[in-house]
Amino acid sequence: MYSKKVIDHFQNPKNMGKMKNPDVMAEVGNPQCGDIMKFYLKIKDNVIKDISFETMGCVAAISTSSMITEMAKGKTLDQAMKISYNDIAKELGNLPPVKIHCANLAVEVLQKAINDYRGK
Amino acid sequence: MKNKEIYLDNSATTSVDPAVFKKMQPYFYQEYGNPSSVHKLGEKARQAMEKAREQVASFLNCFPEEIYFTAGATESNNWLIYGLINKITEESSFKPHIIISAFEHKSVIEPAKYLEKNNLAELTLLPVSKDGLVELDILKKAIKKNTRLISIMYANNEVGTVQPIKEIGKLIKEINQSRKQKIVFHTDAVQAINYLDCNVNSLGIDALSLSGHKIYGPKGIGILYLRKEIPIISLIRGGGQERNMRSGTENLAGIVGLGEAMKKVKSLGSIYNQNIKKLRNKLITGILKDISNSQINGSMENRLPNNAHISFRGAEGESIVMALSQKNIFVSTASACASHSLEPSYVLISIGLSPEQAHGSVRFSLGRWTTNQDIEYVLKILPDIIKRLRKISGR
Repeated sequence: MYSKKVIDHFQNPKNMGKMKNPDVMAEVGNPQCGDIMKFYLKIKDNVIKDISFETMGCVAAISTSSMITEMAKGKTLDQAMKISYNDIAKELGNLPPVKIHCANLAVEVLQKAINDYRGK
Repeated sequence: MKNKEIYLDNSATTSVDPAVFKKMQPYFYQEYGNPSSVHKLGEKARQAMEKAREQVASFLNCFPEEIYFTAGATESNNWLIYGLINKITEESSFKPHIIISAFEHKSVIEPAKYLEKNNLAELTLLPVSKDGLVELDILKKAIKKNTRLISIMYANNEVGTVQPIKEIGKLIKEINQSRKQKIVFHTDAVQAINYLDCNVNSLGIDALSLSGHKIYGPKGIGILYLRKEIPIISLIRGGGQERNMRSGTENLAGIVGLGEAMKKVKSLGSIYNQNIKKLRNKLITGILKDISNSQINGSMENRLPNNAHISFRGAEGESIVMALSQKNIFVSTASACASHSLEPSYVLISIGLSPEQAHGSVRFSLGRWTTNQDIEYVLKILPDIIKRLRKISGR
């Protein structure tokens, strides 16, 4: 069902945990579907200096959270806004169709964080 | 210890008992005859099949001719529901009423809903208590003049709660005394066979479904028990096997395996039940003691001896299953994340769990080969897994 890389990120997630004094924090998801993702970002000169997540959810949700934070770190906000499900799938290997929802949630929460930061 | 597989998913399926497998083997390549053939090889096949039928009948305390071999309980459930309702509606314009519990297996819910959708039957989904039990007075109130079928599972496949089948059987019998058109009482006994009394006569059961692969027999074989006087039409038509009720060349090796599996269950008796219950209780007590914010779901009193169904706050079921799987411990979850939909389990919602509690739940189902060491290993591994997932979720 899951690729080895997905399992690796699930077993040893990167950038996991709450961040002290983030520049922005965003949350998406709902208890109904079971996945809730919270991203914390530190941003300087339009670049994501640091990023971390807290994710309550399945293997795919945890794994894509870990992967997208890895991908976003060091990127400009414009670049990070463009990270899509396909980019994640390219790195992690394809997810089962029912799990694409989880990856999209990770894309959504990152974009929400950036938009919230810009709106401040 | 590290490489040993600890299988605690026996409610999903069981491994074939080696003794059962041994009995099946000749029927693949030595005694491979078609039971319908006239020659000696066919005769031998037929005899093996009838012996298995007698083994099943002896287990259920019914007549061998009340046993129909099917491909499994899903077919048996579908057949009974369609077969009975179609029989009633093809003879008159009468619209029968079906009562099932809200947490029946999908193979009961889906055919019943299909009939309702197509205006062939009325359907009542009976609510269940927070303990996961069907309540007699609620059932009684749901019975209408046109009620013709009540289907209540013997034990729930997720939370393992055991329904008051004997009391329901008695109630229906009483109601039927004053009725010309009798109510048929069906039970899906898939999860019950290993542990509970399945004497259809003393329980007042008219129809019963079971599957081989849940009782240390093979997959792809099951039965429908149907009391003699109850007419239903067949679902699978063709060459007229199974007394013209279920066509298709019989799954001979499977049938032999099912018969042997039931014989074995019968021989194990109550000591086996007590032992597995002791291990299960050790698991539950250990988890609730060592892991904060964990809770057991469903009645402890009316429960299969091998089932532990537990919710963990702040951890999601599929993640728990996969993390345990990395340690070669195999359990299951009905979390939406592990299913084909994004909805929380209807079974868990029906017993009053919140979506969070439903998503964070895991079913441990012990089996014939579960050892004390297995349970101790799980109790050693699980707290760290939950701790880690809670750290990831921040909850």
